[in-house]
Amino acid sequence: MNRHEQFAQALLTPGLPCPDGLFSRNGADPASRFAVYRNNVHGSLINALADSYPVTQQLVGEHFFRAMAGLYIQAYPPISPLLHDYGSDLADFIKGFAPAADVPYVADVARLERLRISAYHAIDTPVANPHAVVNQLQQLSSLGNVRLQLHPCVATLRSDYAVVALWAAHQTTDPVARLDPWHGQSALVLRNGLEVEVFCIDSGCVTFINSLNNDWPLEMAMAYALDAASEFDLHQCLGLLINHRAITQIKVHP
Amino acid sequence: MTLSSLPDVAQAQAPGLPRRAGLGLKSEHFQQVLATLPDIGFFEVHAENYMVAGGPLHHYLGLIREHYALSLHGVGLSIGGEGPLDHAHLARLAALVERYQPHSFSEHLAWSSHGPVFLNDLLPLAYDDATLKRVCEHIDQVQSTLKRRMLLENPSTYLLFQHSSLDETDFISEVIQRTGCGLLLDVNNVYVSCINHQQDPLAYLNALPLHSVGEIHLAGFAEDADSLGDRLLIDDHGAPVDNAVWQLYQQALQRTGPVATLIERDNDVPAFSVLHAEARQADQHLLAAAVHP
Repeated sequence: MNRHEQFAQALLTPGLPCPDGLFSRNGADPASRFAVYRNNVHGSLINALADSYPVTQQLVGEHFFRAMAGLYIQAYPPISPLLHDYGSDLADFIKGFAPAADVPYVADVARLERLRISAYHAIDTPVANPHAVVNQLQQLSSLGNVRLQLHPCVATLRSDYAVVALWAAHQTTDPVARLDPWHGQSALVLRNGLEVEVFCIDSGCVTFINSLNNDWPLEMAMAYALDAASEFDLHQCLGLLINHRAITQIKVHP
Repeated sequence: MTLSSLPDVAQAQAPGLPRRAGLGLKSEHFQQVLATLPDIGFFEVHAENYMVAGGPLHHYLGLIREHYALSLHGVGLSIGGEGPLDHAHLARLAALVERYQPHSFSEHLAWSSHGPVFLNDLLPLAYDDATLKRVCEHIDQVQSTLKRRMLLENPSTYLLFQHSSLDETDFISEVIQRTGCGLLLDVNNVYVSCINHQQDPLAYLNALPLHSVGEIHLAGFAEDADSLGDRLLIDDHGAPVDNAVWQLYQQALQRTGPVATLIERDNDVPAFSVLHAEARQADQHLLAAAVHP
């Protein structure tokens, strides 16, 4: 085993002894100094996860979160120096983490927080002016061959829990009225200019947005949305996308 | 390249960092910086933080770059790593250099990746011929890819390797002589390492190739103790610059003359005005060094 291999394994595995061949000039036990590196590695990675998942941490408590993050790091250390990507699958880990089984909504809140990070860093693409979008849509004689291109930051999330309300309750210091997490909600996440925004949307709107993202024409996206939820409100959903600058282009194919 | 033929780092790359105090750019200070345009010599950013597709980070850095000189400081290249440099990472660095045209690019004498795993810390190296050859090859590769001279930062360390055959200062001198890179003199790292390894900080400083210094870093440290209860200083960038480090900085400036100096703060980041006050303190020392060389 080469030197860095041994060093790296000892860093990641708290039970392993300090690697061979190390010493301190004052004769101190090298393990007491190796511990600084181990603490740096674990502490900085746990902090990186805590920075990415602040509401998740609040929901389970700091002590629980840091312990869980420590286990995640041992199982899945980073494989890239780009730490904003690190922990992108933490929600899946939480879902399978037995001690978190009685708070099953936490994994979906983690998914929502990850979507917010992705939206924040998403590529910059010019968006269409809301008035121009409205004008252009009003002038169309048929929606059958129209496609709306959404900004790459736009994402949706379906949850069996009140994921948006849970997240929103932790964005304010005001005391929150009792919150029932046990009903399903869906989220729309987008970046409007420089601000990441989160909306609670209905299931029809989720289907509509996902259909647009899959490049279905407007008419088909509407049909799928109505199929998913008969109360789907096209004007409301389209208004949300237009007003929050989520549409980059209207493509009309003859 | 020999020592005598090394160009003065300040002239090696037009335009070079101004010989002023600079600050690490924090996202929480973006708007204040743009609104007030404080008198700061330059800003420094960690390259990896800006390796994202788009969004507010690029938006603000682009605007701030229009008003300030920029130092791009890498923390993830793993120049001392046993394996080859990460080509994708090097390509991302080249793209950032192309986009922002920084006045300086620097990285660390350390390793942080092994195999596929990134350990997110600046880990210590054994100073022997094999490491020297590897580090020099990696620096050559960085400099030829980025088409510019880079600065290499001296590390802060907590342990020593039994099979090191060179002193850290000799190792650094040899790297600089062989590759033509410059030195990013981290005065806090000098102090932290020397306390941790019972060395005289001034002797260590004097043994460094100070003619190659292209930038200085100043930061705060945390205090710990080892198994014997001896002081163990941790380079945590989470406190104001210590008095002992300010003193060592002045002694360094007496030897180097004024050099672009960064106040580094990455943890417990205070209000911008607090950091600005530390930068002004460094500026005063720079002024004194210019007046009384």
